[in-house]
Amino acid sequence: MERDIARSVRELLEAHGRPKREVYLDLENVGLVLPEVVEYVIDYFRNKAIGHPAITHRPGWEAYEAVAEASEKIAKAIGASPSEVAFTHSGTEANNLAILGAAKANKKSGKKVVVSSVEHMSVLLPAEELEKTGFEVVKVPVDREGFVKPEALEGAVDRSTVLVSVALVNHEIGTVQRLKELVEVAKDRNPNVIFHTDAADALNKVEVSVERLGVDLATFSSHKVYAPRGAGALYVREGVKVERVVYGPLSSQVLWPGVENVPAIAAFGRAVELGQAKFDEHVSKMKRLRDALTRGIMERVPHVLLNGPKGDGRAPDNVNLSFLYCEGEALTIELSTYGVYVSSGSACTTRILEPSHVLLAIGRKREEAHGSLLMKVWPLHSEEDVEYVLEVLPKAVERIRGISVEKPEA
Amino acid sequence: MASRIPLPYSKIVFELFKNPKNLGKMEDANAKASAGSLACGDVIAIYLKVNEKTQVIEKATFESYGCAANIAAASLLTEMVKGKKLEEAWKVSWKELSEKLGGLPRIKYHCSVLAVGAFRRAVRNYFKGKERPSWLPDELTPEEKQALEEEELAKRLSEGTAG
Repeated sequence: MERDIARSVRELLEAHGRPKREVYLDLENVGLVLPEVVEYVIDYFRNKAIGHPAITHRPGWEAYEAVAEASEKIAKAIGASPSEVAFTHSGTEANNLAILGAAKANKKSGKKVVVSSVEHMSVLLPAEELEKTGFEVVKVPVDREGFVKPEALEGAVDRSTVLVSVALVNHEIGTVQRLKELVEVAKDRNPNVIFHTDAADALNKVEVSVERLGVDLATFSSHKVYAPRGAGALYVREGVKVERVVYGPLSSQVLWPGVENVPAIAAFGRAVELGQAKFDEHVSKMKRLRDALTRGIMERVPHVLLNGPKGDGRAPDNVNLSFLYCEGEALTIELSTYGVYVSSGSACTTRILEPSHVLLAIGRKREEAHGSLLMKVWPLHSEEDVEYVLEVLPKAVERIRGISVEKPEA
Repeated sequence: MASRIPLPYSKIVFELFKNPKNLGKMEDANAKASAGSLACGDVIAIYLKVNEKTQVIEKATFESYGCAANIAAASLLTEMVKGKKLEEAWKVSWKELSEKLGGLPRIKYHCSVLAVGAFRRAVRNYFKGKERPSWLPDELTPEEKQALEEEELAKRLSEGTAG
């Protein structure tokens, strides 16, 4: 019998209650929107938001203008031309378009796809789909900090390689790849190879210049730049062939059919523009918060491991720690009761719990991955937010460890 | 992150997670067992104090490494078996436990299976070296088998020979 899910969730929320203080750190999944962007979207919905960009009337042209302006803003941020920016409805869709669309359009030049072992699922799963249709997929390992070694990539890329995909910034552990070097290595081995990078976690946090990096395809996502969810973008270098992988009536986007989410796209462009204008200020603020949070937790809580690199090799927003003797999902819920919202590399969704593939790829043991928490700061968090997390997190860890079968030696 | 499915935990699970009953190791337990593995992300340990004469479970406690459903399932199981004779308590099934937890989501069924599996192991341990009562089946029950399967898989995963 189907449970009444809405009622069940309502009861759960009532039992949980609304904590007095809340700090949202689950920006990996989705979340905070810059106040200026909220205003922009509200204004957009009040005054526009009705036109279809492919229809020839005034509201349609207004919508088309909004999409074109957003592509200009994103193109400017990454050093591309606006015609090289294709919109989808999410970063997941943009990654699917990149992997499936580039492989499909270029299969004559080879049937081998090379990805890193720490890619986002929206890269890995399409690659696995390609495997079913006769492509060979090679997963290149990473070192203990999540870096792809150029030698490993060199060994994997050959004449039959059609596509390589390595994220500029890892979504879980924040590793900032030395991507330029990886692109050079791949193209030295095979000049025809198409190089895709999932740059969703990079834009507005590290420098993203498609020219300097030499990439052919790059994925971006609206909520990762603090715009509302609902828009993704794929940079497609002029001359690089990508085919559609979803079918339906086309609007202004030749690579992705269906009606564009114009308000989300407009907000996406606006958020990129704002983040670019305040790039240095935002990045140094995030680094300060990231370091205060990481250091503070490691000082206050014993048996904690940092996942991913330290310093410049790490994205400014990323904190990923493993709490030994602690199961991550339980810790996530415990922190929620304190109003601190994070996510975990443990996902208790099957009889056998499969922890984060990224953490396993950097050599973490399963029990270390199960105890991981991912926290991302944003530029509008305050020092007080960090202090509050540092006040409650040790208590939360202590309680969950107190329940655990395995306890640290006293 | 690995894949996530929305988890509408029941209010009962949430409350038991926040205020678990019968939590902790029992020093004077005369039967105990655990089930599950750290590598798989969930382990439940059950401790029992059984009255040797009456066969009544006088005290039952638990420890759990796992998600909120795991903690709640272990806690509620100890409540359900406490005060019962072993023969009666043995009959507590994972389905009954799931229902009492307010209907666990399908993907969390294994939590109640593991709790029952750990409890039944503890009961078997209690009878080790004693005469086995007629109600105690020789063969492993499905809950015990499933706990065993999970542990074996965990072992293979840690050795890198599976998944």
